[in-house]
Amino acid sequence: MSDAYGDRGNKDRSITKESKASMQPGPQHGEAHPAPGGPFLIGDTMTGGYGSGPDILHECTIAVDEGEIAVIVGPNGAGKSTAMKALFGMLDVRAGHVRLAGQDITELTPQDRVKQGMGFVPQTQNIFTSMTVEENLEMGAFIRTDDIRPTMEQVYDLFPILKEKRYQAAGELSGGQRQQVAVGRALMTRPKVLMLDEPTAGVSPIVMDELFDRIIEVARTGLPVLMVEQNARQALEIADKGYVLVQGRNAHTGTGKELLADPEVRQSFLGG
Amino acid sequence: MIDVLNAIVAFLNFVFIPAAAYGSQLALGALGVTLIYGILRFSNFAHGDTMSFGTMVVILFTWAFQSWGISLGPLPVALLALPLGIVITALMVLASDKVVYSYYRRVKAKPIVLVMASIGVMFVLNGVVRLIIGPSDQRFADGERFIINAREFKEWSGLAEGLALKTTQGITVVTAAIVVAILFWFLNRTRTGKSMRAYSDNEDLALLSGINPERVVMITWIIVAALATIAGTLYGLDKVFKPFTYFQLLLPIFAAAIVGGLGSPLGAIAGGFVIAFSEVMVTYAWKKVVTYLVPENLEPSGLLQLLSTDYKFAVSFAILVIVLLFRPTGLFRGKSV
Repeated sequence: MSDAYGDRGNKDRSITKESKASMQPGPQHGEAHPAPGGPFLIGDTMTGGYGSGPDILHECTIAVDEGEIAVIVGPNGAGKSTAMKALFGMLDVRAGHVRLAGQDITELTPQDRVKQGMGFVPQTQNIFTSMTVEENLEMGAFIRTDDIRPTMEQVYDLFPILKEKRYQAAGELSGGQRQQVAVGRALMTRPKVLMLDEPTAGVSPIVMDELFDRIIEVARTGLPVLMVEQNARQALEIADKGYVLVQGRNAHTGTGKELLADPEVRQSFLGG
Repeated sequence: MIDVLNAIVAFLNFVFIPAAAYGSQLALGALGVTLIYGILRFSNFAHGDTMSFGTMVVILFTWAFQSWGISLGPLPVALLALPLGIVITALMVLASDKVVYSYYRRVKAKPIVLVMASIGVMFVLNGVVRLIIGPSDQRFADGERFIINAREFKEWSGLAEGLALKTTQGITVVTAAIVVAILFWFLNRTRTGKSMRAYSDNEDLALLSGINPERVVMITWIIVAALATIAGTLYGLDKVFKPFTYFQLLLPIFAAAIVGGLGSPLGAIAGGFVIAFSEVMVTYAWKKVVTYLVPENLEPSGLLQLLSTDYKFAVSFAILVIVLLFRPTGLFRGKSV
């Protein structure tokens, strides 16, 4: 009762509309500085947590280079999604740096990072359900002022099913198709790096394989892809680089094959 | 046969035309409410008084124009004053957003807090309007009174029943149709309109796509101010302007928006007509129409009026309750704009 902005009476949907907004941008609101060298995108020894809460990441390093697929795996609660959110500026990064294409972007807001070329696909609610597939793609390209047709054609080439369903509301599509819309939307900004937060969450194994194929195709165009995955084995199979996080720390790092072959990784995360 | 025609004409004259005009006014009002609900995520209780404020500004300009001898011929001068009224009302709502609502958005207050804040804005506007123009009735319609005159219609058709179509009713329906067409074109075809729908659908993703929420909110307020001013002016032209009536209009307008499905523009329009037609039909004395249709010996002795017009608000509420019981999301499953 004492909380003036509390939740009392807030569940009545005939008076208020619930907001599913969950993204809390970090406190950053600065500028980018030149910082040449190093991988294309790197979160360098990042330490930080949400708001004024405790540190979740501890000197965690995640990097991805051009044409590569980097995968973050690890047990539940290891801070996989948190590491990605740190790269995207939705965390209070108290130590360490984030660099993208020779720029130190540690102090940028998430929106400014989108403008710098980061494409981010959230794990859930990653499409505009009430809008058509084509409108979803258009909204993805909102910050662009040039002709978006060619990019849209590229997305349709990559995901032919979307072209078929371009005038259908995205919310009516199946889980796998929705994920394609979500990835397509992120590609519309013509990002320099694509970040996917569990793209295969909640889709069937067949659809998952197809999605992975598409992600490989995207990476082959030279676009670096960084993703968080629950299905560690499949993800590491397609990964050029793998990061195993445990409790917010880098536990193992290596190529996908190395990690798959590592007995310790196999035993603890891949079920033998 | 003639009796059937007479019955149809009586129905058109006393039920259909008034309800269509009233429905258009409610639909425009409900569109404003539903847009705020969709994008700012709260029910704006100040909407009725925004309408009254807008209409007051239009009336003041109309009086000024009339005193300068400006006339639009058969059309009311108020149409000329309408754009000015919209501009001033837009400035007023943007100021109220700046002074009141923007703070609650910044502290991420729960939407219910915004609802309560809007009640405060409602009272303030209520007072401001009464201070400026007074609490009593104001008539400001001029120009031609009728498009179809009842007496001329009778002479022309030879029927016993007259059909009257007031200029204001014609203007109401035509204006509402134009405004709705423009609004839907804007929401579905333009980049800005689509960004409003995107923001209403998914705030997070809108941010990720580079849509600026404050800009979306500003455009929403401007559109809502325009809709409110137009709806209020049409209502005032058709009936009469009285601040308290506009405050009461909040009830049927909310009923319309909720019946249609809050957040759905199409629903707001459908809801407006559902509420208007039910109100008029339930409170109309059907004796005249029925007398034409039944044999003489079955002629009703009563008025065949289900409810007295004093109870018209009860009709809105009854429909509201029925819809919420059987289809809680409204006729058009409103969730987002």
